[in-house]
Amino acid sequence: MTHMLALDLAYWQQTIIRVLLGLVAVLLLTGGVVYLYLFKFVSFMQSRLGPMEAGPYGSMQLLAEVGKWLQKEDVFTENSDRLIFGLAPAIVLTSTFLMFVVIPAGPNAVIADLGTGIYYVLAVSSLSVVGILMAGWASANKYALMGGLRAAGQLIAYELPLVLAVVGVVIQAGSLNLQQIVAAQSTGEMFGFGGIGSPYVITQFIGFMIFIIAVQAELTQTPFDMPIAESELVAGYQVEYTGIRFLVYFISEFATAVAFAAVASTLFLGGWALPASWGISRDAMHWIGPLVIATKAVLLVGVVFWVRFSFPRFREDQLQRLAWKVLIPLALANIALTAVFKVVF
Amino acid sequence: MAGPHVPGMLKGLGVTFGTAMRTMFPRRGIKTIIPAPSKGALTVQYPRESDVPTPRARGVISLNEENCTSCMLCARECPDWCIYIEAHKTLAPPRRAGGKPRAVNSLDRFDIDYSLCMYCGICVEVCPFEALFWSPEYEYSEIRIQDLLHDKQRLGQWFETVPDFEAYEAGSEAKVKKVPR
Repeated sequence: MTHMLALDLAYWQQTIIRVLLGLVAVLLLTGGVVYLYLFKFVSFMQSRLGPMEAGPYGSMQLLAEVGKWLQKEDVFTENSDRLIFGLAPAIVLTSTFLMFVVIPAGPNAVIADLGTGIYYVLAVSSLSVVGILMAGWASANKYALMGGLRAAGQLIAYELPLVLAVVGVVIQAGSLNLQQIVAAQSTGEMFGFGGIGSPYVITQFIGFMIFIIAVQAELTQTPFDMPIAESELVAGYQVEYTGIRFLVYFISEFATAVAFAAVASTLFLGGWALPASWGISRDAMHWIGPLVIATKAVLLVGVVFWVRFSFPRFREDQLQRLAWKVLIPLALANIALTAVFKVVF
Repeated sequence: MAGPHVPGMLKGLGVTFGTAMRTMFPRRGIKTIIPAPSKGALTVQYPRESDVPTPRARGVISLNEENCTSCMLCARECPDWCIYIEAHKTLAPPRRAGGKPRAVNSLDRFDIDYSLCMYCGICVEVCPFEALFWSPEYEYSEIRIQDLLHDKQRLGQWFETVPDFEAYEAGSEAKVKKVPR
């Protein structure tokens, strides 16, 4: 983008601009997703209207809620480990924001184009388990501890199908770099037909389904929300958190949803790129790209929320059984099949 | 273990999505494409539009003072003792000329404390003289809690809002009660 504006910026200036733009984009997307789905779409599913008073059609509701949380007292329990307790939400939020670093939103619009981008995303996203375990332990509360342990068990169990589902894409694209995966989908063709490129959601449909299910579990959204099961564990590891620290958990929950949706749309839906055969110039993609990936990500987050508010919670053992006995074998079979096809064709 | 029932799960997704669509696009014909959730949702945006109470809604208990004999049945049956009755004896003129004047109770005080009332309706059920009735009015919140103590004058005003009893379902042998007006 810099050469288009005919600017010659130093590395640190570029970095600051990228980080600021990234933060704004992430927070805007997160807020939009919360309003669009958590406030409105879910209300419509239940024949309600959702918030209507703050701003036109309740569009300023999230700001009002943030203001409310900021005012609240920052409570520590008597036996809590104050340092760890305070640090835990920061770690969860950091893990979320770090995920956005490598997600490309255009030919140049990426904060750091790592060679092993997808590997980095999956590694960084599992960092949040550490924060959640810290929260559960440092709260000095049995519900928080049980929630933290459940979260750890669940996140580790579903990390595997998540990674294995991605492997199929990586084999097919032949790269761990997200830009190259996007390019491979944009320029690729399926069985000689290149009209819509080769979005891997078609060739890797099993991988896509496994990825989406695993993402649902990684986000601890409802069919898989045992860690914060409100009817059993009050609020799990979040139970002792108030005010701004709870707000941080809230933001990171939905920002992670956006991040995983963006990763999924990069891996399976073609990312920021439109099919190369459509012949849109690279300069135009600087502006269209961010809109394309934002649309795809928002729609995918919609699927997550749709599922979240349609189904009741699994039992803990059903959750583990689904991961280990269904998803992981399926993902392994998918990898084997993909590898065979890659070699044969 | 019965595996996850995939068709049922898809159907569930369809149900929630269908409800969302019906809420968002309630109109028919060419106007279907214009979202109008305010029409499709069941929500009543209360201060802007007022709710229409359902039949036999339990809004507030009203008093028909003429019929009250201060028998205290309601006050004694009330589970949380929120009815206060005080009365004194007076002489009413005889029914027929030349008869003896009748001793009757005259109400001095009939208060219902709506900060205590739990809207069980036992007082209405138990009253043998048709003095207590449900009214569907619900807008009587107060800034101060002591203002929720409604005296007999206020309860009498509520009586003016009592609707007629609805007809029972077809084939019922019980006669519909009449509100004494």
